[in-house]
Amino acid sequence: MRVMAQLAMVMNLDKCIGCHTCSVTCKQAWTNRAGTEYVWFNNVETRPGQGYPRTYQDQERWRGGWELNRRGRLKLKAGGRVRKLFSIFANPLMPSIQDYYEPWTYDYDRLFSAPMQADTPVARPRSLISGRPMKISWSANWDDNLAGDPSPDPVLRKVSDQVKLEFERAFMFYLPRICEHCLNPSCVASCPSGAMYKRSEDGIVLVDQDRCRGWRMCVTGCPYKKVYFNHRTGKAEKCTFCYPRVEVGIPTVCSETCVGRLRYIGLVLYDADRVAEAAATPSERDLYEAQKSVLLDPHDPEVIAAARASGIPEDWLDAARESPVHRLIFEYGVALPLHPEYRTMPMVWYIPPLSPVVDVLAKTGHDGEDAGNLFGAIDALRIPVGYLAELFTAGDPEPVRAVLRRLAAMRSYMRRLNLGREPDESIATAAGLRGEQVEGMHRLLALAPYAERYVIPKAHAEQGAQLEELGCSLDYDGGPGMTGPFGEASGLPAPVAVENFHALRERQTGENLDDADELRGRVNLLNWDGKGTPDGLFPRRKK
Amino acid sequence: MSVLLWVVLPYVALTVFVLGHVWRYRYDKFGWTTRSSQMYESRLLRVGSPLFHFGILVVALGHVGGLVIPKSWTEAVGVSEELYHLSAVVLGTVAGVATVAGLVILIYRRRTVGPVFTATTRNDKLMYAVLGLTIALGLAATVVANLVGEGYDYRTTISPWFRSIFTFQPEPALMAGAPVLFQLHALSALALFAIWPFTRLVHMLTAPVGYLTRPYIVYRSRDEGRPAAKRGWEPSR
Ligand code: HEM
Ligand code: SF4
Ligand code: SF4
Repeated sequence: MRVMAQLAMVMNLDKCIGCHTCSVTCKQAWTNRAGTEYVWFNNVETRPGQGYPRTYQDQERWRGGWELNRRGRLKLKAGGRVRKLFSIFANPLMPSIQDYYEPWTYDYDRLFSAPMQADTPVARPRSLISGRPMKISWSANWDDNLAGDPSPDPVLRKVSDQVKLEFERAFMFYLPRICEHCLNPSCVASCPSGAMYKRSEDGIVLVDQDRCRGWRMCVTGCPYKKVYFNHRTGKAEKCTFCYPRVEVGIPTVCSETCVGRLRYIGLVLYDADRVAEAAATPSERDLYEAQKSVLLDPHDPEVIAAARASGIPEDWLDAARESPVHRLIFEYGVALPLHPEYRTMPMVWYIPPLSPVVDVLAKTGHDGEDAGNLFGAIDALRIPVGYLAELFTAGDPEPVRAVLRRLAAMRSYMRRLNLGREPDESIATAAGLRGEQVEGMHRLLALAPYAERYVIPKAHAEQGAQLEELGCSLDYDGGPGMTGPFGEASGLPAPVAVENFHALRERQTGENLDDADELRGRVNLLNWDGKGTPDGLFPRRKK
Repeated sequence: MSVLLWVVLPYVALTVFVLGHVWRYRYDKFGWTTRSSQMYESRLLRVGSPLFHFGILVVALGHVGGLVIPKSWTEAVGVSEELYHLSAVVLGTVAGVATVAGLVILIYRRRTVGPVFTATTRNDKLMYAVLGLTIALGLAATVVANLVGEGYDYRTTISPWFRSIFTFQPEPALMAGAPVLFQLHALSALALFAIWPFTRLVHMLTAPVGYLTRPYIVYRSRDEGRPAAKRGWEPSR
């Protein structure tokens, strides 16, 4: 047993209102640069819908992830090493910018520079790729809220024999997506230069920008299409799980800003030696259980001993025991992986939404929160269950049904309590839970206190010397002069200023309004949260 | 004059080539990339790029065969001049045509596809000019020698000169007697090598052969690859 720690996330889809706050804040923080205009490390798509990039889930076309070869061994679906090298000069499976969308801006200047005229001047859209005027016909969330025609949805096609998209039976929900920071990442396996790696401390999957050579095979390798090609720098970029933030113990930007407070971050421990074996489980429908079986119980003394032997620090083990992610996957059993059939062992889990069921039930005039009605409805409403199963359990409806029953049980059970009735243990039992567990689950899902949603151990201080990097001074070798002959992409990268994030954490969690000492007369407006007026925000008044 | 052209220039070009790569690797790893333009346009690239690359790789191998391996060696293993010449012409023609066709498609694409043209830097244009010139001159020299003349045995002049550079006993006289087109081809190749480290062509030096043997999943510790904190860091408080 080789124990490793993994930072994982759970999203509770019932609470997602599709507001895109997570996408926008993520973009503001990480991808508001030239070359990444079309890139959304976090995107929110309406299901059913085509997704972003369009139909990325159709692996017969895009060939992302892994499959089993004839001998039952794992192989990259897009082809092995030799095949990759032979097709490296032009990748036959590379999505084009049109498959994402052509990013644009507006000719704002015309609003000011247009001469006096009868009609109001308009700001025309202009492509950020070619610089020419363009007609906007697609974007990252063009089919929000079932706009347009969701029928090209590859997931919908799989259940199409059960479903006709009749108006009365229409359903939808939102699916926010980030990189899954997989245990068996096919993007890493696809990278010819070995620039992509999984961090051994916390399992975050990253691209080494200094080693990436722009072979663009990782884009094909990822079945979730969560590695993006920066077309200006010629390098791959992806969600970093906000590592500079989580290293100091604060949640990712998307989690922090989520309006629905539906994201949970915590550690899971897993047995790295068993990953490949579990990912090669023959039947796709067994992959959900196989994936769970790789994760270890942080309370098990044997696991704890092995974890210590692998050098996992004590506070990380504590964090693993308090992990909301582990509880949601195992104790409450409500979190499911997204597309386990891609065999990458994704580590962003989802609590499937109960709401389509409740809505459909309410429309028929029934009490949508009565346990009996709800349980019955879950089994009767094949459409959402079949669809959810294609997303989360490779098509097996049973685990989805079990999760929905637990969520339904929680509603009914808690409603009785809210109405001042006696708790009804039988409701909990019917879903395979105990009453106190239901209450614990309710606390975590409905009240969702900040400190229980995010249990993030800090990176270790022993390694502090390296963590502090070089500050932001420009006097390192080469300096900023390097940007000359090779365009904006060249030169040494400016180090991530970790100390900024420490300051951010202190301000966010500290008691003081503003810590003038710490700021020493400098104000970083990015870190200013609007509380008070930190020293140095305005020039000092002359006495 | 011939010392300047066939001794000084080659050494300057090769030194720039080597030191340029070292310098670039040290200071501009981030700029070391193919700068793939496939996101913008795929249809032409999927024809042009493989044609060009497979072609140029065979051409490069041919140069190794022709320039590096002495005539006496091939004859020692029983390859006659006729046989060598025949295979060189056949292979060279196929590879040469592929290279040129590929290059034409790539340049046509660079010029006509809007987004690709926008993403083309001055550096790229210079590189394409010198690369194109080198290939054109090489082709011209061969065609003229074989079709107009009755073949030119560069293995008795150019090849020994080429090897003499690397054994540090340069013999400029050998090259001074070669046909003008071959001379021009060699000169433009020297120019290409001199600008090589400063263009996108650096991607060739990091061709990912290691991929064939490394394990699929790469684990790396957080500490690896961070700049060492050697420069002294002033605590902020
Ligand atoms: C064997 C090693 C090589 C590999 C693996 C390789 C791979 C690549 C790749 C992946 C691209 C990007 C294509 C795209 O998506 O836009 C590229 C572009 C290019 N390569 Fe290579 N290459 C190699 C050797 C060479 C050599 C020896 C030359 C020339 C002497 C060369 C010249 C070029 C040029 C000119 C381009 C730009 C094409 C364009 O977009 O206009 N490559 N190469
Ligand atoms: S989801 Fe993330 S870790 Fe998994 S294959 Fe894609 S990019 Fe790699
Ligand atoms: S911020 Fe939260 S609620 Fe809004 S779209 Fe993102 S995940 Fe959903």
